[in-house]
Amino acid sequence: MRPLTEEETKAVFSKLANYVGKNLVHLIDRADAPHCFRLHRDRVFYVSESLMRLAVSVARPNLVSLGTCLGKFSKTGKFRLHITALDVLGQYAKHKVWIKPNGEMPFLYGNHVAKAHLGRITEDTPEHQGVVVYSMNDTALGFGVTARSTLDTRKLDPMAIVVFHQADVGEYLRDEDTLF
Amino acid sequence: MDFLDSDEEEEAVPTKKKARFAEPSSDEDEDDEDEDGPITASNMEARSRALEAKAAAEAAANFAEAAGEGEGEEAMFELPSAEQQEAEKEGGVPVELGELQLRMRECVKVLGDFKKWAAPGRSRSEYVQQLVADIANYYGYNEFLAEKLFDLFPVSEAIEFFEANELPRPVTIRTNTLRARRRDLAQALINRGVNLEPVGKWSKVGLQVFESAVPIGATPEYLAGQYMLQAASSFLPVMALEPQPGERVLDMASAPGGKTTYISALMQNTGVVFANDANKERTKGLTANVHRLGCRNVVVCSYDGRQFPKVMGGFDRVLLDAPCSGTGVISKDAGVKINKSVRDFTLLSHLQKQLILCAIDSINPASSGATVVYSTCSVTVDENESVVDYALRKRPHVKLVPTGLEFGREGFRAYKGKVFHESLALTRRYYPHVHNMDGFFVARLKVGKPGKRRARGESDEEEEEEEARDGAPAASTVEKGGRGDADKAAFDDAADADIIRESKRKYLLKHKGIKLRPKAAVDAARAAGADESD
Repeated sequence: MRPLTEEETKAVFSKLANYVGKNLVHLIDRADAPHCFRLHRDRVFYVSESLMRLAVSVARPNLVSLGTCLGKFSKTGKFRLHITALDVLGQYAKHKVWIKPNGEMPFLYGNHVAKAHLGRITEDTPEHQGVVVYSMNDTALGFGVTARSTLDTRKLDPMAIVVFHQADVGEYLRDEDTLF
Repeated sequence: MDFLDSDEEEEAVPTKKKARFAEPSSDEDEDDEDEDGPITASNMEARSRALEAKAAAEAAANFAEAAGEGEGEEAMFELPSAEQQEAEKEGGVPVELGELQLRMRECVKVLGDFKKWAAPGRSRSEYVQQLVADIANYYGYNEFLAEKLFDLFPVSEAIEFFEANELPRPVTIRTNTLRARRRDLAQALINRGVNLEPVGKWSKVGLQVFESAVPIGATPEYLAGQYMLQAASSFLPVMALEPQPGERVLDMASAPGGKTTYISALMQNTGVVFANDANKERTKGLTANVHRLGCRNVVVCSYDGRQFPKVMGGFDRVLLDAPCSGTGVISKDAGVKINKSVRDFTLLSHLQKQLILCAIDSINPASSGATVVYSTCSVTVDENESVVDYALRKRPHVKLVPTGLEFGREGFRAYKGKVFHESLALTRRYYPHVHNMDGFFVARLKVGKPGKRRARGESDEEEEEEEARDGAPAASTVEKGGRGDADKAAFDDAADADIIRESKRKYLLKHKGIKLRPKAAVDAARAAGADESD
């Protein structure tokens, strides 16, 4: 477990910024308790400082997880967000998408969101913007990237993809072995 | 012994009712008398005796009828001779299940009222032996385990217990209060075609699932972390632990995380929960559950639980859901019936004894909580009461306190000649046939300041070593004798003894991660030096 290097921080923040935009500041300067980012075995954890200080006494081979896991660095140095980051993203996301009940299961099986399943979308969402996907009763289901801007989606045919799938809560079951 | 009697009564009453339904006209006058006469304290005993006698007679008729002999009291049940038993065991004479069942019923009846029903010249132990063998045969247990479980209950109740192990327990889920409220969750699940109901008055977060049109472990609500699939029995240790917001809590054997996430939810994501599990593979599922349920105050680590006061101490509360034989969850995992031997039980209880001491030592006694909850999903005494009793003897500053759970049977205070500490009545046992949940055991221990520990000298350590070696469940039959010896074993030089005692105290404190002041540390080092030279 160690703090992130300059480059790593940049990689992580640019990914997060894609979803939370300027709200990223709130992640770092929190009013309640100071939080920090820690790297442990390729994985990045977002954790309160008090928790981190206690976890220091756990030896490296024995430590499995602390706080919230945001994602992992690939071997090539790219950062990839995991579904476990959903809580953090959902709290500060600027752009959101709600999908209809009949679109929930297809999305949870790892498919992209078709326009027919789109229930609601935040106004003036640009193209290729990170969005958090909710069900109609406001349960966070995952996150993805918009294929078109809000304006353009109106013109699309029902089967066209509006949100590219990136992660969904179904991964807790599907990828249980590789997630951690 | 009085519980034996009461159980016979309980058993006898339903049989009587059954008999009455079968032939309603036969003894009407008696019935009227029974039901109409006012019950007073004075005639209660006489009435109950009369009832018992009648029930026994009717039950006898019932049994005889079932046997197809219809001869009433003449139709005596014959116990197979020793040779026959031997032949049966070797598989020479195959026994049909129906016959087996019948024989078990007869044995239960005979053992229920031995004087009346036993064949002349046969001893009680012969009947018991036959019954245990038949149980093992009928339900598919190995004979060792069948006997072990049989001995826990009065005869008729034992049969109920074995029967209950064949039936599945109800599916229960726990609302994750970090994400949802129970009412909203119930509504959402009902909309998906799930038939459910609150699990009972004792829990505000439990829901019992009767039937479901969708897989209950893969609904969007489940994946979003609004609930956890969790047996009702595993709510209990966490409820007994009563974690408070802001505390430091350790869950020593936590996978797959049902209890850990419950603790975290009760603490409202404040403080810190250390979730430990010795099996690294299982920590994956544990971590996934912790994240799915949105618990941000959890540190997952993978140590052998016995290392714990060394890794970290100073916890406010420790939950030890110890690894166990799983005799309480036979309905879930029938493999237990055949793959447990004497050796498994000795090894397990040894491990449990080590773990419970580690759990106690990990506590910060100065904390307002300072609670250890010991639980197992096993019903045997050597994994439960003996372990707690052992901990009470080894750590005199620890005492049992009420669990705060509304129901459950009291723990055994004595079992098969072993006499446990009297406070073991404060522990709670749960049985599948009584509470309709997995067999379970919960004990809550309060850790006091270890400074109160009396100097006990050498004899104490010898005892400890001995028990650590063989791991046998030692009963506290020598509660007072052991302490008397301590004075004899004290060092001749009084000053020497003082130094040793002091150094031991220091060592203990250090061991538990309590920092000593620099001056004290110097003292400790000097004392430790003195200790070594001895």
